[in-house]
Amino acid sequence: MAGKTKEKKIVKTIKIDVDKCNGCRACEVICSAFHASPKYSSNNPARSRIRIIREPLRDIYVPVYAGEYTMAECAGRDKYTIDGKEYDECSFCRASCPSREEFKEPDSGLPLKCDMCEGEDEPLCVKWCLVDALTLEEREEEVEEQEEMEDLELGLESLADKFGIQTMMDTLARMSKDDKSK
Amino acid sequence: MRYAETGFNLEVDLTRGNIEKVATDPRDTALYLGGLGTNAKILWDRVGPEVTPFSPENLLIFSAGLLCGTPATGCNRTILSTISPQTELMAFSMMGGFWAPELKYAGYDKVVLRGKSEKLVYLWIHNDTVEIRDASHLAGKGSVETAEMIRQELKQPKAQVAAIGLAGENRVYYASVEQGRSSASRGGIGAVMGDKRVKAIAVRGTKDINLAKPEEFITLCNDVLAYIKHREDNPIKGVMTILQGLGSPQEMKVHDEKWHTENFMWGNSRTRRKGFWNEEIEKAWTDTLEGSRTRLISCFNCPMKCGATISMPGVPTYMMKCFTKLTYTMAAYSDLDFGLRIAQKATEYGLDGFSTPQVMAFALELLEAGILKPDDFPGLPESNEDRFFYLLDMIVNREGIGDVLAKGTYWAAKEIGNGAEEYAHNTIKKHEQLPLKLSMLNPIYFLMYSVGEKINITQIEGQFPQAPFPKREHREKFCEDWIQVPHEKFKQYFIDWELRGENSIPYYPTVEMTCDIVEWQEMMHYIDDALGQCAGLSSFPLKPPYHIHNYPKFISAGAGIDMDEETLSDAAKRYRTLVRAVNIRRGMRREDDRPPENHWKKRFPELEEKLLDGYYQLKGWNKEGIPAKEALEKMGLGYVAEDFIQRGILTEDETADVQTETQTQ
Repeated sequence: MAGKTKEKKIVKTIKIDVDKCNGCRACEVICSAFHASPKYSSNNPARSRIRIIREPLRDIYVPVYAGEYTMAECAGRDKYTIDGKEYDECSFCRASCPSREEFKEPDSGLPLKCDMCEGEDEPLCVKWCLVDALTLEEREEEVEEQEEMEDLELGLESLADKFGIQTMMDTLARMSKDDKSK
Repeated sequence: MRYAETGFNLEVDLTRGNIEKVATDPRDTALYLGGLGTNAKILWDRVGPEVTPFSPENLLIFSAGLLCGTPATGCNRTILSTISPQTELMAFSMMGGFWAPELKYAGYDKVVLRGKSEKLVYLWIHNDTVEIRDASHLAGKGSVETAEMIRQELKQPKAQVAAIGLAGENRVYYASVEQGRSSASRGGIGAVMGDKRVKAIAVRGTKDINLAKPEEFITLCNDVLAYIKHREDNPIKGVMTILQGLGSPQEMKVHDEKWHTENFMWGNSRTRRKGFWNEEIEKAWTDTLEGSRTRLISCFNCPMKCGATISMPGVPTYMMKCFTKLTYTMAAYSDLDFGLRIAQKATEYGLDGFSTPQVMAFALELLEAGILKPDDFPGLPESNEDRFFYLLDMIVNREGIGDVLAKGTYWAAKEIGNGAEEYAHNTIKKHEQLPLKLSMLNPIYFLMYSVGEKINITQIEGQFPQAPFPKREHREKFCEDWIQVPHEKFKQYFIDWELRGENSIPYYPTVEMTCDIVEWQEMMHYIDDALGQCAGLSSFPLKPPYHIHNYPKFISAGAGIDMDEETLSDAAKRYRTLVRAVNIRRGMRREDDRPPENHWKKRFPELEEKLLDGYYQLKGWNKEGIPAKEALEKMGLGYVAEDFIQRGILTEDETADVQTETQTQ
């Protein structure tokens, strides 16, 4: 991993206005389509890096996009009451963690993380949210530069956490040997 | 690989408790597209005319549209098809919400229910795991309540649940299927579900939906989104508020109800209350709506906010869409507060918001006329509002006279007799319609009402303005960016349409023009119903983002079926004819193609006959409204012609004789 230096950088965030969310889940659709391979070839909200916590009868509509992968679940989970409605802290968490199915590839269980649709002018969930519940905010900040982990690296790291780095390396070696023999 | 669709249906035999995953034939998709189209094919193939609505042989099909589950904006509709207990014809009601895409993600295009379960059950579809589960603990529960209970017991907050309420369980002929913020209401589909003893279908899916030409498809979606934005910034001038924008009528947003309350009929389609709307009422109704509407909400993958969450003091929260806002209010000559309260109960019971209020008003009219007696209504409350609540319970529980009323005005009147039939005056093909009585016959609407086999005017109209704009320059302006027309001639039809004089209704648009306009509007609705596209972004509003010029591209890029405007129009015509054929085989004829007797004050019998003749001729149907052999064969429906000939519905050498007769005349 690259060393850390202080650098000026445009920081992108997605501003979420829950009052405006209409619960349509277009963000989930386009997110999963963008990240399909080849791009847009399929879509599946279960693979999305954004999801809407949606409980219409309690008037809860909260879009949450995926943050860091975490190998351990939290010790305690607080409850919050906002506008008379009770929320589980866990519901709003961005992390892909062992105790939830959110932000994991449905097939492999590997963690997913929002990458702000790298290469696009704006994240596509923002572009597809015509009701403006999601808007892009950019600000210049001095940040500690750290190389972004790629999807593969993120996945590998979670596998290393699960099986141990040595087992993984052994497996990889075996796999590449098998591959050669084909 | 199959694109857009999954290529699999779930076949559930409720009698035997058997579940099969069946691969479908892609050639059927090319011919009938999906949704309504392939539903019609299944009903034609497997449900003969001898099958009654409540027999185990009747099928109940839940189908996702062809493009549901793809990123196509607003494409989320479930098309439910069966034989309706009320009309005894093919019912094909639709619901938006979230169910259809979830079914696709679970890996299926349709769920086909046959047979009858012995006890009340629900279906749980979770990707490849499909179970029939006991639902005895859900008996009598409300539809919204049931959905919540199932989600909790399965520990599946993301499952989408389509459920019936008590009305469906008790086979009320106008029972609905409720789901998300939507319902499939027309045709009594909920009664068939209840008859099969299926309380609900819960579904959860986490699989992929594939696209044939991904980049192209997303570009088309982005164009649609951009056009929606454009239309939002440019409402159409010169038409009433709810028609200015997109979406299914924006009833939950609108406070100004002058147009509906003064033009539609109150009670049992009896009274037009001109001058009803005043400042005081406007304020009271605005306060009611503002005070109970928590949020405007959407269906899956759609930016339009056509529905609302309604929370009133002392009433459980529910979700509402469209015109049910006013139907109960107007039937009871009451106010919006009452309307929203009783609609909550009706939603839980699972009832059609068009038929139910009218049946109740009809019952009270019969009482007033002495046709029904006070004995028929034991313990009838004093106040008008309470009477409606009372009747609602009687009908849903099928208690006393409620048992008869549960069959709708047409069948109830027949059973009650003693002059009651005079009071069942607002039906088409035995089904209650919007309570309208207008002055002058409008040829376009006459035809749409008469030949619409969806039994609901809002599901065939759209595209062409409902009335001429007063000034020619306004009409010309309207045509400037009217890109949706299939042919330039429609612009001229509209520009020449005047409020008064030679080019005004009923003789303008001419028979020929009227037929063209109706065929266009109808075609768009039929395409929507096969693709699963909500009419609110396509066939219903003026200048919508989806139209005949971009639809073929969506189908080609999405489903990988080579499609141009002609092939798409042909496909729509093919399964539109197949719906007709199912109904013809069940005995429907020209005589059934007519609006309620007193729908218009001024009628033009000769013109009306010419309009029907003209429409039949355009379709290649004979004078009885039966698709002729030649036309059937031309559109690849030779098997229908054969069946008709075998049954003596058509003769071997019969052609569409309308044309010949008109020519000789």
